[in-house]
Amino acid sequence: MSFMGPPSEAGRFGDFGGVYVPESLFAACSELEAGFSDAWADASFRSTYYQILSNYAGRPTPLTYAGRLSEKLGVELYLKREDLTHTGSHKINNVVGQALLAKRMGKGRIIAETGAGQHGVATATAAAVFGLDATIYMGEVDIQRQELNVFRMRLLGAKVVAVSSGSKTLKDAINEAMREWVASVETTHYCIGSVMGPHPYPYMVREFQRIIGEEAYSQSLDQLGGAPDFVVACVGGGSNAAGTFAGFADTCAAVLVGVEPAGGAAVGRGSPGVVHGMRSMLLQDEFGQVEEAHSVSAGLDYPGVGPEHSYLNSTGRAEYYSVDDDAVLDAVMLLSQTEGIIPALEPAHAVAWVASEAGKRIPLGSKVVLTMSGRGDKDASVAAELLVGRLR
Amino acid sequence: MSIGLSLGTTLAEAKMHGRKLLVPYITGGLGTDWLDVLEAVIAAGADAVEVGIPFSDPIMDGPIIQEASQRALDSGATPASILGGLAERSFGAPLAVMTYYNIVHHAGVERFAGWLDTAGVSGVILPDLPVEEMGEWKSCAAARNIETVLLVAPTTPDDRAQKLVDESQGFVYAVGVMGVTGERNALASSARTISRRLTSMTDKPVLIGIGISTPEQAKEASQDADGVVVGSALVRRLLEGGGPDGAFDFISAIRRAVDAL
Repeated sequence: MSFMGPPSEAGRFGDFGGVYVPESLFAACSELEAGFSDAWADASFRSTYYQILSNYAGRPTPLTYAGRLSEKLGVELYLKREDLTHTGSHKINNVVGQALLAKRMGKGRIIAETGAGQHGVATATAAAVFGLDATIYMGEVDIQRQELNVFRMRLLGAKVVAVSSGSKTLKDAINEAMREWVASVETTHYCIGSVMGPHPYPYMVREFQRIIGEEAYSQSLDQLGGAPDFVVACVGGGSNAAGTFAGFADTCAAVLVGVEPAGGAAVGRGSPGVVHGMRSMLLQDEFGQVEEAHSVSAGLDYPGVGPEHSYLNSTGRAEYYSVDDDAVLDAVMLLSQTEGIIPALEPAHAVAWVASEAGKRIPLGSKVVLTMSGRGDKDASVAAELLVGRLR
Repeated sequence: MSIGLSLGTTLAEAKMHGRKLLVPYITGGLGTDWLDVLEAVIAAGADAVEVGIPFSDPIMDGPIIQEASQRALDSGATPASILGGLAERSFGAPLAVMTYYNIVHHAGVERFAGWLDTAGVSGVILPDLPVEEMGEWKSCAAARNIETVLLVAPTTPDDRAQKLVDESQGFVYAVGVMGVTGERNALASSARTISRRLTSMTDKPVLIGIGISTPEQAKEASQDADGVVVGSALVRRLLEGGGPDGAFDFISAIRRAVDAL
């Protein structure tokens, strides 16, 4: 049995996924599905995609042994270094794929939502290098806490639109990007940044991110002498985790762990719901109104999750846990000061989980691969404020 | 419990008598007088009324209906309070509920269909539930005689449009313009194009919605279509404090305009 094969024809992973979009967008989703299937089966498309990831984005990324932290925790910890890619996070893998696809499908404009700004920066970057027009939707709260990334997007030539509805974070940025897409779907590709949204996005984005897991698996064989015991990644929408898990779910018996923020634990604390084009686990109130997530990390501040994670959780192939903001800040300091790697707040969730579970859920001596999905520069001002008084 | 008039029968009969159809939209739970607004638009000549159950993340709606939804939610509106309000009165025109699928999904499709039935609601519009995902809902709705209105968009290909038109109940909701709900300065050319396309495919009433903002636009749209749905332009007046009287005046003006055809 395959745990991470393609979804059903209806775009479902088990009971999750589907295409819950307004009729105005339905044809575009069908067109995108056909366009992606065709491109992904085309060796020349794939070869261009891999070349760009290699020559432009800096792949493959290393698998770094975290020696001092391993010693401290009593486990063997390896970091898959997506933080070392061009633009500083794994988001570039997906965006290169979607930008190539948009060009192939004759769309000259892309729009995107962003939370932490990493997907926005990656989209703005791809738009610049492929000559596309880009507009990025970002919640007002996130614009304030990720000022550096807003500037990067604008410097790269993208237009950044502030979203002031609802919680003014990622959820509302997605709403606004979808509304814009309804109006401009005939000329515009919506470059969704995670394994979420209507089919084919959850599948397509996972495929564009699976390079993380495929590299990490083969590097594990070389450097660890075999598959790891645990594979850990943070989960908001869940793209870095899905891409990572895709390399391990069907190749070995490693325990797959997704780490959610305590204030946005859709898998851990949600119930099945339908929003943003998909049926998946969702934080919602007793009437089905979507609840606002609350996380120090803008990139994980999302009340839903990609449908494949809901499915992997339901089958038990992956397990999902959550950590709170305080543990995340401790993890930022821990990794910075033991390994000289300043993590973004998002992957710091994965670090926090490993730090708290080493010797508990993770038996001492276990081999752990953790996806370092992005670097922490963007979070400097938020972290500086929260860590005041705790640094030398 | 109130007994709802059938949406499809009522609209088809009116169409047969050569009347242009007018279906206003109001947000349920917006203001304390929203039920009076509902009665006012019926008195002004509405053939049916669309009642929105607000959702936290309305991706098909522009700023006006977003704000109305948020205000209603902030004042404590729930599916139960809105449907309970409808159940308390009987209305001289059929009602259709418009909401997003999560509200239905969360309640449970069977239970939600029962709620609509009890409230005397005879139709439903779920803009983010495509026909491919609709099977379970439709059988529960059918068991309660709830008609499910389908939307057809300018981007819907012909073969799919035919299927949607065939499966739509009550009326066919033709999306007049690519975009979310909201007022527009002029009627989009896509509104008349889609009207001609769809009226040639079916005898069911075809109503144009989205972007119908003024009596003049309603009249222009009704030249090719069987009528119009008017939402944001009415809801804006309610947000500005127009109340039942303002709603009556505006819908009366639209009624006169479409009757002049």
